[in-house]
Amino acid sequence: MATANFRIWRGDAKGGQFADYQTEVAEGMVVLDAAIQIQGEQAPDLAMRWNCKAGKCGSCSAEINGNPRLMCMTRLDQLPLDQPVTIEPMKAFPLIRDLATDVSWNFRAKKKIKKFNPRPPDHEDGTWRMDQQDVDRVQEFRKCIECFLCQDVCHVLREHDLHEEFIGPRLIVYTAALEMHPLDVEQRVGDLKNSQGIGYCNITKCCTKVCPEDITITDNAIIPLKERVVDEFYDPLNWLLRLFKPDDTRTP
Amino acid sequence: MAQYEQYEHDVVVIGAGGAGLRAAIEAAAAGVSVGLVCKSLLGKAHTVMAEGGIAAAMANVDERDNWKVHFADTMRGGQYINNARMAELHAKEAPDRVRELEAWGALFDRTQDGRILQRNFGGHQYPRLAHVGDRTGLEMIRTLQDHGIHQGLDVHMECTIIALLKEGERVVGAFGYDRERGRFRLFRAKAVVLATGGIGRAFKVTSNSWEYTGDGHTLAYDAGAELMDMEFVQFHPTGMIWPLSVRGILVTEGVRGEGGILFNNDRKRFMFDDIPDLYRAQTTDDPEEGWRYTQGDQDARRPPELLTRDHVARCIVREIREGRGSPHGGVYLDISWIKEKLPNAAEHIQRKLPSMYHQFKQLANIDITKEPMEVGPTTHYVMGGIRVDADTQMSCVPGLFAAGECAAGLHGANRLGGNSLSDLLVFGQRAGEYAARFAQEHDGGKINEEQVEAIAQWALEPFARAESHTDGANAFQLQYALQEHMQDLVGIVRNEKDMASALDLIEQMKKPAANISVMGNREYNPGWHTGLDLHNLLTVAEAVTRSGLFRKESRGAHFREDFPDRDEALGKVNTILRKGPDGEMQVTQETIPDMPDELKQIIEEIR
Repeated sequence: MATANFRIWRGDAKGGQFADYQTEVAEGMVVLDAAIQIQGEQAPDLAMRWNCKAGKCGSCSAEINGNPRLMCMTRLDQLPLDQPVTIEPMKAFPLIRDLATDVSWNFRAKKKIKKFNPRPPDHEDGTWRMDQQDVDRVQEFRKCIECFLCQDVCHVLREHDLHEEFIGPRLIVYTAALEMHPLDVEQRVGDLKNSQGIGYCNITKCCTKVCPEDITITDNAIIPLKERVVDEFYDPLNWLLRLFKPDDTRTP
Repeated sequence: MAQYEQYEHDVVVIGAGGAGLRAAIEAAAAGVSVGLVCKSLLGKAHTVMAEGGIAAAMANVDERDNWKVHFADTMRGGQYINNARMAELHAKEAPDRVRELEAWGALFDRTQDGRILQRNFGGHQYPRLAHVGDRTGLEMIRTLQDHGIHQGLDVHMECTIIALLKEGERVVGAFGYDRERGRFRLFRAKAVVLATGGIGRAFKVTSNSWEYTGDGHTLAYDAGAELMDMEFVQFHPTGMIWPLSVRGILVTEGVRGEGGILFNNDRKRFMFDDIPDLYRAQTTDDPEEGWRYTQGDQDARRPPELLTRDHVARCIVREIREGRGSPHGGVYLDISWIKEKLPNAAEHIQRKLPSMYHQFKQLANIDITKEPMEVGPTTHYVMGGIRVDADTQMSCVPGLFAAGECAAGLHGANRLGGNSLSDLLVFGQRAGEYAARFAQEHDGGKINEEQVEAIAQWALEPFARAESHTDGANAFQLQYALQEHMQDLVGIVRNEKDMASALDLIEQMKKPAANISVMGNREYNPGWHTGLDLHNLLTVAEAVTRSGLFRKESRGAHFREDFPDRDEALGKVNTILRKGPDGEMQVTQETIPDMPDELKQIIEEIR
């Protein structure tokens, strides 16, 4: 049976290095199969995450040959196997060990986004009627599997480490799903501008490129929300109107 | 003395899939403090993989549907060894639980008049599954997660519980470790809800992830609770089989619900060959009528592809064994044929089954809008589990509750597709409510330090063995060996001889499993975690095998070639397992409680 070489990052926050492994490969194998095989046979303490193995849970995010990918959806026959396949942890989050990073910030930041707030039920049976096309409009955002690869490549988080000022593409997608939800009546645009730093995004679209669910993050989520921030806070007419609405707490 | 971090909650919920999250939300709403412990990150539990939908008799698509039909369907699917009270509660409460999800932000596909759309599924008489394309589980878990984080829950991510703590008869806490640092954690609690899911990892070909090692089953069993009907393991008829590395990954029943057909290497739709008596009246023998059924014709009867999972899986095995299988040892599942019927078939398939399209395209180079898939059975679900009270979900151990897949009763001998997600919601809610009530009525108990010390010591032994260079086994290799044995000997087709040898092998594995040694340190060390999980896997493997040996008949998912027929007497009993005084697993039977006349009548009327 054919073999392939893998260079896997081993180490923790204090430091580490690549370790080389050779393992058997078969038709149709994905990077995660190889990593699990290496773990089972050669490196039982190799730290990594995975669950569904089918691109649905978003656990096995890593950087494969430098590209942020899900290990379970990256086929070995799409990689050049004449050289070692490198597998590294995501860089935008603190390293725990080997391929496992501390992604808990994403969960904490999400909690600060105002939750779903539906309008009162519009039907006598206590439920709502919705059109399929209104539902379809947000399904793209609700497909997100929270793999955090978009956060990983966002230079605001990755290079500038602005986790406290900017919520990142994943959570803007989450906000977009709420803001465009057919029933939701909450206001989140002020927070996006102020505490959540949507202005930091300069639309390089790296997040869109790496999304394993093919969500058009920049064009469909970030840009429309940026436009709403502009409409609300920088449109002269709106600005004037706000002067006469003292109970509006959204400060420009 | 072992070092540990201490936490105190009124209710501790172990497991954060659909049932655990729903239980935690309910308990928090009752005003008690809640800790939610999950083995992985929040939102990654197996619920995320559920594809087809949530079964609830809302009658949005077919107004003939109601809770009574859903109840009768569930009982028929379970071959009448279900707990009828659970099936009743489930059928009655599922619609409210679905509407509640919508009020929390879930977005389901819609009917023309804007209500929640429902789709056909195996064993359900009417279109009943609320769904979002084929990613309903993701919608459900994300909705619960995003709602739950605002309810004041304390979430302990990546934390594994290895023992329940007791004071006398009663449960008073749980003990485990965090994956990140490997530090022990002790949770004091007035009530504990187990919602740990299944046991799929006991088998080689499974749709379950690494987490599903029977943790809740074993925690409860070791703490003195009873396990029930563990012989009933569901092999989902359609898992991927090629390439080998994706073997076992689920292909949703929704493919058949949308008109997909099964055929063998002669292109014959073999499901027409064997229609069980129980379903003869509801099933068509005309392919054209079957197609009309999937397209919503209310006068049409269902195609045989939509018979219950146990039956479809066995028919597939028959085709493969008799040499009519596909090149890689499965059969064909084809949705692309509907292009003969629909002008925009490719687009329709991609819209109805987006993640199936994606999954096959990416992992198998197959375009399901153009060509058939190769599929075969995969270990998917365990109907058996912790025996609980139907209304409260409490086990026989005071303060210990269970909900979802790790609890038994609702599904009997075979679960209908779609009844799992509704099970999680209905009984998650109930477990949360009654656990909170129990916590309000009881004071915190006393922790037995000796018990804690013994568990901590047991958990650390693998490191000590590695240090003293005692040659212990590799946990992963032991797990693989167990999976091979269970797959070969206690799989879809069973017999006395195979199961007896499985029991011997399990017995032989106990010693090496108790003597593994672990490389590395305590920080995020999967070798260690896998080693500790082995105890659970061996416990549930033994439970399935002993129960399988006990039930000398074929019923639902439990098929014995040496007893191929149903046995009327065994149809009146549940299989019960208890831990004996010397740690041995005791098997007994208990008569199924008599059903109230009102429910009997429903079953009689809805044939």
